[in-house]
Amino acid sequence: MKVEVRVYPREGVLDPQGKAIAAALGRLGHRSVLDVRAGKVFFIDVAGSDARAVEADARKMAEELLANTVIEGYDVRVLQ
Amino acid sequence: MKFGIVVFPGSNCDEDCHHVAKDLLGCEADYIWHHDTELKSADVIILPGGFAYGDYLRAGALARFSPVMESVAKFAAQGGPVLGICNGFQVLLEAGLLPGAMHINRGLRYVCRDIHMKVENVATPFTSLYEKGSVVKMPVGHMEGNYTAPPEVLDALEREGRVVFRYCDAEGRVTDEANPNGAARGIAGIVNELGNVVGLMPHPDRCAESLLGNDQGLKMFQSAVAALATR
Repeated sequence: MKVEVRVYPREGVLDPQGKAIAAALGRLGHRSVLDVRAGKVFFIDVAGSDARAVEADARKMAEELLANTVIEGYDVRVLQ
Repeated sequence: MKFGIVVFPGSNCDEDCHHVAKDLLGCEADYIWHHDTELKSADVIILPGGFAYGDYLRAGALARFSPVMESVAKFAAQGGPVLGICNGFQVLLEAGLLPGAMHINRGLRYVCRDIHMKVENVATPFTSLYEKGSVVKMPVGHMEGNYTAPPEVLDALEREGRVVFRYCDAEGRVTDEANPNGAARGIAGIVNELGNVVGLMPHPDRCAESLLGNDQGLKMFQSAVAALATR
């Protein structure tokens, strides 16, 4: 199965990259942009067919490695 | 008295630390490959600067899974002195041996220059030879040195005197301008609860002999020697 893990700066946590991107978008004329938070996305292929087990596994991966939960949040989506 | 210097794939200040320990201090020094689990009976462990595992994912995130880190954690739990310099500090944070995390620098650029910082805790095995409140000059070279932690953790660090170094100007004033990376409360270095694991972003290994124009970092290594001599 394929599972997608998105990792992003927690709400309210300083995100210098997102800020810089927001400023660049503004300079390009995208004046509607109010705020950007920049994160990472992981597309993971896993063996198994139980979506709930796969999701639980992916959450564990996020907690243990993919996200630094001091500053980052994450969400998990089983794709198929 | 033996220094053990951990070498991760991508460490690049391991030789600097080895040079300080062996050539400048006349101590025994040995490299410890990240795959080793034996700490070679080292009395003090240094996690040097560099780019362990290419900083993939996050600085220090993959290095913490190196086999050697389990031994380092055990050594630390038993009170063994551990110093993490720059990337080594990042590894200690990711490994949970020190609290908090690193953001990318607020300027989004690699910062490579001399900074000043105040020595606020001289009770650690790496700062005992400094004078409390004194200002030292050391070079920094990093992209992710913007230290952060939840407010209650920052408060605890302050309350317990665990902020070891704080960025300041040459006169010792803690100002925003003197903060090279945006680190919370100007924190440049901290110590764990037990008082034996220290991490800092600046590089004492790069300013340990007057030949290089600055020897203010040498006292960190000398402090470790002194601490072990009295143990």
